[in-house]
Amino acid sequence: MATIISLDPRITRLQLESEKPEHLEPKQELDQLQTYEVFHQQKTGGRHIHVGSLHAPSRELALLLAKEQYGRRGQTTNMWVVNTRDVFAMRAEDADVFATTPEKKYRDVAAYMVRNKVEAFKKEQQAEGTGA
Amino acid sequence: MNSEAIVNLLYRVADDELIIAHRHSEWTGLGPILEEDIAFSSIAQDKLGHAQALYAIMHEHFGQPEPDQAAFMRNADAMRCSHFVELPNGEYDFSLVRHFLFDSAEMFRYHAFTDSTLEPLAKLARKVIGEIKYHLYHAQTWMVQLGAQGNDVSHARMQSALNEAWPYALGMFEPGPFEADLINDGVFVGEDAVKGQWMAFVTDVCRDSNLTIPSDVDPVYGGRSGYHTEHLQPLLDEMTEVFRIDPTAEW
Repeated sequence: MATIISLDPRITRLQLESEKPEHLEPKQELDQLQTYEVFHQQKTGGRHIHVGSLHAPSRELALLLAKEQYGRRGQTTNMWVVNTRDVFAMRAEDADVFATTPEKKYRDVAAYMVRNKVEAFKKEQQAEGTGA
Repeated sequence: MNSEAIVNLLYRVADDELIIAHRHSEWTGLGPILEEDIAFSSIAQDKLGHAQALYAIMHEHFGQPEPDQAAFMRNADAMRCSHFVELPNGEYDFSLVRHFLFDSAEMFRYHAFTDSTLEPLAKLARKVIGEIKYHLYHAQTWMVQLGAQGNDVSHARMQSALNEAWPYALGMFEPGPFEADLINDGVFVGEDAVKGQWMAFVTDVCRDSNLTIPSDVDPVYGGRSGYHTEHLQPLLDEMTEVFRIDPTAEW
């Protein structure tokens, strides 16, 4: 059977068959490795911020691979990895518990028009000052 | 200080780094998982950086060609790398075992360089030792993972890769013609000293990985005096293909 001839000599050397096998069996999810969530700390004392996830067979290797995936560019002082299974999360379909009705604007920070009131107060004070 | 001895030493170390960098970079895009693909590529870039820095020391202080010329304009017989780094990558097990045996040697070699009387070399070693520490940590963790914490298949593959790699790994310590000068001048502690530290360390890690070091094996020598495997020249041809189109081009 013919093999793949590629512009990349490494691919040609692999002598891969150029015709696809007729039937490909899909692999099971996570058939080889677990996933870990990665948290990155830029400065000492700063927050560890979630930056993504990766595949690894153990937490030791997860930490090493995290260094390459998420720590090799820019400043890093520390990293955490957490097995994705250990993350206890809200179910996606329960997102409605975070919803709030439009009438309750007073609960939003944006609803407090404090700046306008402060400006108005300042103007008032100024006007009184000049008047005196 | 004997400059001929120093140049001989630095070419040995730099050429090893250059060639293993190229071998590691051959995993780019072909690694078994994305994460390892990136790790090997990143380590390859570090190794290339070390080689460049060593060529630069030879250029600035010992009248050798510029780093690009030194790296890309020499044929196999002028190279001083060991056979170990020339061998094709093979499967990932062999690449990992070689990565481990090479970087544990490099760790002790650069550690010795931090005390070198050759100041630019000592300065470089102090700067890059953290990178090498990480390279070794990466390799060592995989050794233990696949040797002791994997399954029968991973263990068998690692053991077979170790058997294959061992005589070539011993060849890394092929003494140069100026060992005594380098030791007397305080430039380098010598291949025998590094080999002793390396052997003790590698023995410990192999024990932790349930792997057995082959006994009664003769080292494969020749690379340090310009005799190479048939794999080196094709590697150099491929590596320098673009550079040789126009060696004076600005990159």
